[in-house]
Amino acid sequence: MVENTSEKSWEQLDQLLNKYRGTKGSVIPVLQQAQEIFGYLPKDVLIKISKEINVPISQVYGVVTFYAQFHLEPRGKNIIRSCQGTACHVRGAKAVLNAIREKLGLKEGQATTPDLQFTLETVACIGACGLAPCLMVNDDTHGRLTPEAVRPMIDKYRNQ
Amino acid sequence: MTIKSLEDLRKIKAESQLQTKARKSNDTQIIIGMGTCGIAAGAREVMTAVLEELAKRNLNNVSVLQTGCIGMCQKEPLLDVVRPGEDRVTYGPVSPSDVPRIIAEHLVNGNIVEDLVVAKIPNKE
Amino acid sequence: MALVRAHILICTGTGCTASGAKDVLAKFDEELKAKKLRDEVSLVETGCHGFCEGGPLVIIYPEGTFYTRVKPADVAEIVEEHILKGRTVSRLLFKEPLTAEKVPNYDEIAFYKKQHRLVLKNCGHINPDSIEEYIGADGYEGLAKAILTMTPEQVVEEMKKTGLRGRGGGGFPTGMKWMFCAKSPGPKKYVICNADEGDPGAFMDRSLLEGDPHAILEGMAICAYAIGSDEGYIYCRAEYPLAIKRLKKAIAQAEEAGLLGQNILGTNFSFTLHIKEGAGAFVCGEETALMASIEGRRGMPRPRPPFPAVKGLWDKPSNINNVETFANVPYIFRVGAEEYAKLGTEKSKGTKVFALTGKINNTGLAEVPMGITMREIIFDIGGGIIGGKKFKAVQIGGPSGGCIPEQLLDTPIDYDSLIAAGAMMGSGGLVVMDEDTCMVDVAKFFLNFTQSESCGKCTPCREGTKRMLEMLTAITEGKGQDGDIEKLEKLAKSIKAGALCALGQTAPNPILSTLRYFRNEYEAHIYDKKCPAGVCTALIGYKITDKCVGCGLCKKVCPVEAISGEPKGKHTIDPDKCIKCGACMEKCPFKAIIRG
Repeated sequence: MVENTSEKSWEQLDQLLNKYRGTKGSVIPVLQQAQEIFGYLPKDVLIKISKEINVPISQVYGVVTFYAQFHLEPRGKNIIRSCQGTACHVRGAKAVLNAIREKLGLKEGQATTPDLQFTLETVACIGACGLAPCLMVNDDTHGRLTPEAVRPMIDKYRNQ
Repeated sequence: MTIKSLEDLRKIKAESQLQTKARKSNDTQIIIGMGTCGIAAGAREVMTAVLEELAKRNLNNVSVLQTGCIGMCQKEPLLDVVRPGEDRVTYGPVSPSDVPRIIAEHLVNGNIVEDLVVAKIPNKE
Repeated sequence: MALVRAHILICTGTGCTASGAKDVLAKFDEELKAKKLRDEVSLVETGCHGFCEGGPLVIIYPEGTFYTRVKPADVAEIVEEHILKGRTVSRLLFKEPLTAEKVPNYDEIAFYKKQHRLVLKNCGHINPDSIEEYIGADGYEGLAKAILTMTPEQVVEEMKKTGLRGRGGGGFPTGMKWMFCAKSPGPKKYVICNADEGDPGAFMDRSLLEGDPHAILEGMAICAYAIGSDEGYIYCRAEYPLAIKRLKKAIAQAEEAGLLGQNILGTNFSFTLHIKEGAGAFVCGEETALMASIEGRRGMPRPRPPFPAVKGLWDKPSNINNVETFANVPYIFRVGAEEYAKLGTEKSKGTKVFALTGKINNTGLAEVPMGITMREIIFDIGGGIIGGKKFKAVQIGGPSGGCIPEQLLDTPIDYDSLIAAGAMMGSGGLVVMDEDTCMVDVAKFFLNFTQSESCGKCTPCREGTKRMLEMLTAITEGKGQDGDIEKLEKLAKSIKAGALCALGQTAPNPILSTLRYFRNEYEAHIYDKKCPAGVCTALIGYKITDKCVGCGLCKKVCPVEAISGEPKGKHTIDPDKCIKCGACMEKCPFKAIIRG
């Protein structure tokens, strides 16, 4: 991901807005791609989007806070989505989650490591129930996990 | 590729099935001995010749299988032809130049190429 | 070009990729090249076979040999032995969990033998990135038949004759839905595919989208022709990146081939398709919420009527079906409604894909005719319970569904028998639970899910799920009181009656159904302050019995130094220090530590 406020990011945002100007129902795809550019959705970005696609900022903010995918705070370089779906739940996903927390040194209520290397979140189901318990790191899915298996996995991503 | 009619669709279907035909087992089979001895005696070249000949004749319903050493190493390369309801015939030693004859005579016309036969295994059915 | 004599099919669905299928694929390519076999052996990436447990999966044709859990280190041996010498590598064959018998052939495995794969037919057997292979497998024939030989009215009638009911949850007859939308006046109509598979424990839609994307496109195009629409959307959850990638590619291929876009198959019929990525909200699986989300608003449901068939996306008549429903359509139009309706029960036709997960040996996808019993699915196809433990219940239909206990295992499954049993078909997720699962904890788990996914628009759902969750939490923490069960039942019924959309209306189902079949577990938590399954940590403790020989292993493994004792003497656990992690019990070689 790019540095948050670099000029290049703003240029990319301009291009994005040009592409979608006049398309109906574009709020969500614009926000998704803007988040891809900036890593999260800073206030200034939301204001610009609201003005350019002509949707009130209240509505944009409503959409951002409604969907789990959007983030108003900076996020880690690697996103870990630990699945807590039914199949994972009955096969010990809690222990795996706790092991990740411990490994990353995250306190209760904290999602991102101070060095911005990792963000840990839970999701309801990533559809890999056959390999429960499972998780995603960025776009990679990992399955058949144990607390022992996740520790070296995190090291691998840290060193990438 | 633009499909403008049912005929176009059927044509592409037939072409595609030719490419994926090996994904089903056929009753008619050519089995080549690919043990160490077979390969040393030239079974690879025989295999290549078989695939080329089948392609040339557009024979879609023949599975090409390979098998290990069956203990008749002096007769390698060995090639078996299996046709449904008929005896399994083992040919050997087979050279690539024999392959078109075996396919044309035995596989297509049903006449065993007697001068190359090593053994016949009676059909059990 | 020489003919290809063998095909190596490697599953690169999400499950197998997670197990390392891409490395296996690369290694095969390398080995085949090294042995100069690359021209005569084709290497094919396929979608999901629905048997993720055994992944990475490799199937070699023409023999149809089925290799499971293949690692890159195994590849050289497979090429050398199987491809070159024709000898099966038996150590990599699938082993039946119940008989430990090795089965070489794909079709002979009990997991597949009892299945009836119509919808999943192509998954794992064709390359999903190739439109030619889809056409080779009879693809787009249904569409051609529909638009070249039938009128839209005939298509709708044919659909009604099949008796197909929506596979996404409610089970509404698909033909009726199409008819309502077809009859709705207006020049502009939309076809929408609901691919926001959110039920935890269900992944059949993901497998279909990844393994056979063209089938969904074909089904949608037939629907568009029937209702008079020229534009459609696939709303796919962003958690399925591979599915989105394959859909995009499939749409581009179909457009190029003239099977989507303008003047399809040279006729006047045109249909363009877009993909919308979901943004992570379970409630968007509800049709009105989903349409709000496509329009770029918060995904909140609205009251019906007006139904989407009258006033849907951007206020235009819209028809919305889920992935599995659309995937049935091409087959129907290829073989005809009559043939299709031969499968299944009187009121539930065709097949249903179930996702088998939880404490079961063969996790994966099972497509079976309606009317099969749950026992056949779990024990014959699923291979029974892991570790030979005792079956307790199976949860069906996700957070909206209910559980089915042992005594109902022999009931034939269809939409109506499940509702009678207090569950529902839902999307078809089956989570199997054994004696170690606490049913109160399961109910709490689902409530926690629906509560956090409630959109907050209507009070019964927003407040009601919260209060029920509080009560369940108290019960699992040993703070349950006399009268709690009755309160839960009353509240559950009010929410069912009062909530705006299906999410709220069905949220109490897991509680009601666990109460119906496992009331004694609730009572044990409330009155005896015990969790019979030993799951709720506040209600369990650990004791060391006289079987202890003083080996000291438990003392070593205890993370909080709660265990004391001399070597070769009996050890004891200090209940004040114990955090009930259970590590000592797992470690004890003499089974001297018990819960209690």
